[in-house]
Amino acid sequence: MGIRELQGYATFFMTIVFVVILYGYIVYLYRSEKKGEKDYEKLGNIALDDEITSTPINSSNSILDEKKGEK
Amino acid sequence: MQSNAALEYDYTIAKLYTYTAILFGFIGMLIGTLIASQLAFPELNYLFGEYGTFSRLRPLHTNVVIYGFTVSGIFATFYYLSQRVLKVSMAESKIAMTAGKIQFVLYVIAATGMVISELMGYTQSKEYAQMEWPLDLLIVVIWVLWGVIMFALIGIRREKALYISMWYFIATFLGVAMLYLFNNMAVPTYFTSGGLGSIMHSVSMYSGTNDALVQWWWGHNAVAFVFTVPIVGMIYYFLPKESGQSVYSYKLSLLSFWGLMFVYLWAGSHHLLYSTVPDWMQTMGSVFSVVLILPSWGSAINMLLTMKGEWNQLTDNPLIKFMVLASTFYMLSTLEGPIQAIKSVNAIAHFTDWIPGHVHDGVLGWVAFMIMSGLFHMAPRMFKREIYSKKLIEAQFWIQTTAVVLYFTSMWIAGITQGMMWRAVDEYGNLMYSFIDTVTVLHPYYAIRALSGVLFVTGFVMFAYNMIKTMTSAKELTEEPQFRTPMA
Repeated sequence: MGIRELQGYATFFMTIVFVVILYGYIVYLYRSEKKGEKDYEKLGNIALDDEITSTPINSSNSILDEKKGEK
Repeated sequence: MQSNAALEYDYTIAKLYTYTAILFGFIGMLIGTLIASQLAFPELNYLFGEYGTFSRLRPLHTNVVIYGFTVSGIFATFYYLSQRVLKVSMAESKIAMTAGKIQFVLYVIAATGMVISELMGYTQSKEYAQMEWPLDLLIVVIWVLWGVIMFALIGIRREKALYISMWYFIATFLGVAMLYLFNNMAVPTYFTSGGLGSIMHSVSMYSGTNDALVQWWWGHNAVAFVFTVPIVGMIYYFLPKESGQSVYSYKLSLLSFWGLMFVYLWAGSHHLLYSTVPDWMQTMGSVFSVVLILPSWGSAINMLLTMKGEWNQLTDNPLIKFMVLASTFYMLSTLEGPIQAIKSVNAIAHFTDWIPGHVHDGVLGWVAFMIMSGLFHMAPRMFKREIYSKKLIEAQFWIQTTAVVLYFTSMWIAGITQGMMWRAVDEYGNLMYSFIDTVTVLHPYYAIRALSGVLFVTGFVMFAYNMIKTMTSAKELTEEPQFRTPMA
């Protein structure tokens, strides 16, 4: 088997692997939302409610927040 | 005492890139119109000696619209929306702010260097990668600085979840970084030859088929990571924000993102169909191009569905018109590309005018529409003034839409006619037409394309005028508009 043929097969199998990963991700997205672990749709509001003073949709524990707490 | 309420988003850098987007947009499109006219009326090649020939100006056109206009638009929108979706001001990070200013200065130097050097005839002879090695090095620095700023802002963000637009901008940063480095690997001959020839000259580290493969790995991904990915990032922010409707399906946006990332990188070899690259690689390019329809349409349909129940906005908000049409042109373009990548279609389409036709319904209808509407959305928020004239935007919309339609329809007809004539053989297998026969037949379509260029540039001048008036003399706003952009 020449290198080119090998490259061809490698590409084919990598494609399969990536497709499985991608479909796995789809299943994960829907399952975690169904179980109530995550709510992806509320993240859409990040664009709408984007004032610097508005409450974060998903609050982070960033350094700035800590600093803010100190003041 | 510093209170959080006094904190404001800092649009200094976003404003600077807005200016360059307007400037380079005008220059790039003007050159485009000139070279389109040269194809229809060849005597226009002799206006400025060697500096005005098609061969000198064509790379300048593509480079100025890609790296001048589009990249400025990407940076302007990034520095605007990244702060907002991360809920952090650039003023809060000294590193980001300083790096942003340095990046802008270097960007102006690089862009000016690009225009001058390409006008002088310095080129690597690689499509969309014509800039010679000193400029390449400068661009690496500019890009790294962008990464520093991006991750500095992400590091101090208040919003834990990264909004989908940020994912697209991160992908733009990483994708271009990787591909640019690989494709521009070159040896400056002056240093390796002991001082012979021009200091600007370099030779690619790859040769033959490998060079072609690396070149189109980059070339197609310039389309992917400059013309598609960041523009999708823009529409995911600007359309929901302008319409007041949150994105129709956030999950679909995530899926489309990862789908696009998986697939887009491997579609480039469709530029090399019927060439000396391995057959399986050509087939892979075709297959991945067709699969690419799914993630592309996933985003486009998601955007159209975001307008569900709010279609009345299409009639009374010209910015929504621009964005919805941009999304529609994105769908058209991402269907047309895969069709052209099918081997049997490519046998007719390759090297014909159908290809620039395809490129331009994407870049004019999708990229330019999205950047202009993004900048229109940003202007009242950055300059605290309403848009100078709604009527002017409406007129601009119709003039430019007509221009895009004229461009791609004329090039469809020209391209397919050309492809058919090149292939036509008589009963003995002799070619039926000579090259000049095709030129004669195509002349009217080239003239239509030149006219479409004139119309599009006219629309762009209206955009520039409206923006400048908005910055300087439009009615001042007392408070920032929440969704719909106010206009007189």
